[in-house]
Amino acid sequence: MEAVSINSLSKSFNKGAIQALDAVSFSVQEGELFGLIGPDGAGKTTLFRILTTLLLPDSGEATVYGWDIRTDYQKIRREVGYMPGKFSLYQDLTVEENLSFFASVFGQKLTDNYALIQDIYEQIAPFKDRRAGKLSGGMKQKLALCCALIHRPKLLFLDEPTTGVDAVSRKEFWEMLKKLKAQGMSILVSTPYMDEANLCERIALIQNGKILSIDSPQGIIKQYPTPLYAVKAKNMISLLATLRQQEQLASCYAFGEYHHISFKSQDAQQLQQLQQTLEAAGHQEISMLAIEPSIEDCFIELMH
Amino acid sequence: MEAEKVIQTVDLSKHFGDFIACNAISFEVFKGEIFGFLGANGAGKTTAMKMLCGLSAPSSGKATIAGFDIYKQTEAIKKRIGYMSQKFSLYEDLSVLENIEFFGGIYGLSQQEIKQRGQQLIDQLGLADVAKNMVGSLPLGWKQKLAFSVASLHDPEIIFLDEPTGGVDPVTRRQFWDLIYAASVRGITVFVTTHYMDEAEYCHRVSIMVDGEIKALDTPENLKKQFQVDSMEDVFFELARGAQRLGD
Ligand SMILES: Nc1ncnc2c1ncn2[C@@H]1O[C@H](COP(=O)(O)OP(=O)(O)OP(=O)(O)O)[C@@H](O)[C@H]1O
Ligand SMILES: [Mg+2]
Repeated sequence: MEAVSINSLSKSFNKGAIQALDAVSFSVQEGELFGLIGPDGAGKTTLFRILTTLLLPDSGEATVYGWDIRTDYQKIRREVGYMPGKFSLYQDLTVEENLSFFASVFGQKLTDNYALIQDIYEQIAPFKDRRAGKLSGGMKQKLALCCALIHRPKLLFLDEPTTGVDAVSRKEFWEMLKKLKAQGMSILVSTPYMDEANLCERIALIQNGKILSIDSPQGIIKQYPTPLYAVKAKNMISLLATLRQQEQLASCYAFGEYHHISFKSQDAQQLQQLQQTLEAAGHQEISMLAIEPSIEDCFIELMH
Repeated sequence: MEAEKVIQTVDLSKHFGDFIACNAISFEVFKGEIFGFLGANGAGKTTAMKMLCGLSAPSSGKATIAGFDIYKQTEAIKKRIGYMSQKFSLYEDLSVLENIEFFGGIYGLSQQEIKQRGQQLIDQLGLADVAKNMVGSLPLGWKQKLAFSVASLHDPEIIFLDEPTGGVDPVTRRQFWDLIYAASVRGITVFVTTHYMDEAEYCHRVSIMVDGEIKALDTPENLKKQFQVDSMEDVFFELARGAQRLGD
């Protein structure tokens, strides 16, 4: 059975001035960990709000576990857990009070499904009497995840759960998602962090309300159209400036320790020629190597 | 020639009750430097940055910003710095132009300067078509680029940026860093926090805060050597994994 099925879903705001979703279609299988990868404003939150029945689409269909989002909203709300990107916690309630509150909304006690959240909750339990408003980034996100899980949903919707979360906590967060998946939960998660895409079974790259591509992370990487190279030199800022002047390059942009480049046409001599050009421009300690694209490279390519 | 120090702190601390958010940090930042101020959630980055901007009084320790004392000369400091807070720092319900006018006024620019620099800024950012639109309707990446430019309207000596690129798309994120480079080339010092480890590589020097203390400070290259790892991400993991307040 499909956990989520979406067919040509559209939604606009401000009398059509903003097209938040433009004929979006895809499905999430039961037990799948599916990622919606795209920047703020891509339409991810609108999609979540429609799937959790908080907002109606202008056109198109969607079902959650076979239930229609327009007519079966009561059933859907009972079976899904939703962690909105922002403002999901009561800032003036403590950690423990927030959790008890969310459990009570579903007619349950904190202890009913404690085993499910234990791993995560133990990390924030030392602060259980602190008000949610006083917590910082990572801790708020962990509490919000506990709140979304407390009624043991079949399907978890997570809207940018790791935005603003540090690199270590992000890794931990994804470990938790893997465990939940292993327990059979279906998960639809959105993120602006491209590196997290690799941890999903399938991903949809989304931008300006449109799906750019849907595939497994490896499948998306395979679609990258040209060879990609990484270039480094002593002065990276001026190297980027020089690279930008090169007509033969199709793209060049900073990428951590290296700049990434691709050529407009493929020819065996071009790397060596570029090396000479860079040397002539006074660059030192130049190194170049062929690399496999990452999801972030694919996204940048698709945005062109 | 000794490089000019625009930020100097000695044992700077901030306590909230008996909790030490920022514990005796000492460091220096030089003119024109891009200084990456890293740390896990709750490490104390925002707390430290607010003290450096003269927005929150330290509990103890010393610091000078652009030569001014952070206890006694906060007004002089505010004139010489730009600050982009972790939460959005423009008015969503004012237009692009109105925001520029408003902040230009706060920074004490004349009407003529506001007009001139505002126009320049709008052209540079390619915002001419949306100059009269509410800032709230712009994509996040545009807002952040605008906020950066507004924070530098008054030609500050130092710009403090608290997580300016969180959630921004990969192309706009790089455009944002182009603005940072350009500022640095003009001699403006940029003090920036980020959770994107690739951005740590773009800084001249980086400090890593753990549980309120600065545990490492050097160029990205030296830090990688020191920890014998290949990326800043690994340096960060080495240090932050030991944090007591992890996830706080
Ligand atoms: N006004 C306050 N009262 C009590 N505690 C506070 C206050 N402000 C901050 N803290 C605490 O100080 C610590 C440091 O917070 P700070 O916001 O400086 O972290 P940060 O490094 O900026 O984290 P993040 O990456 O999540 O933005 C946290 O434990 C936070 O809960
Ligand atoms: Mg902060």
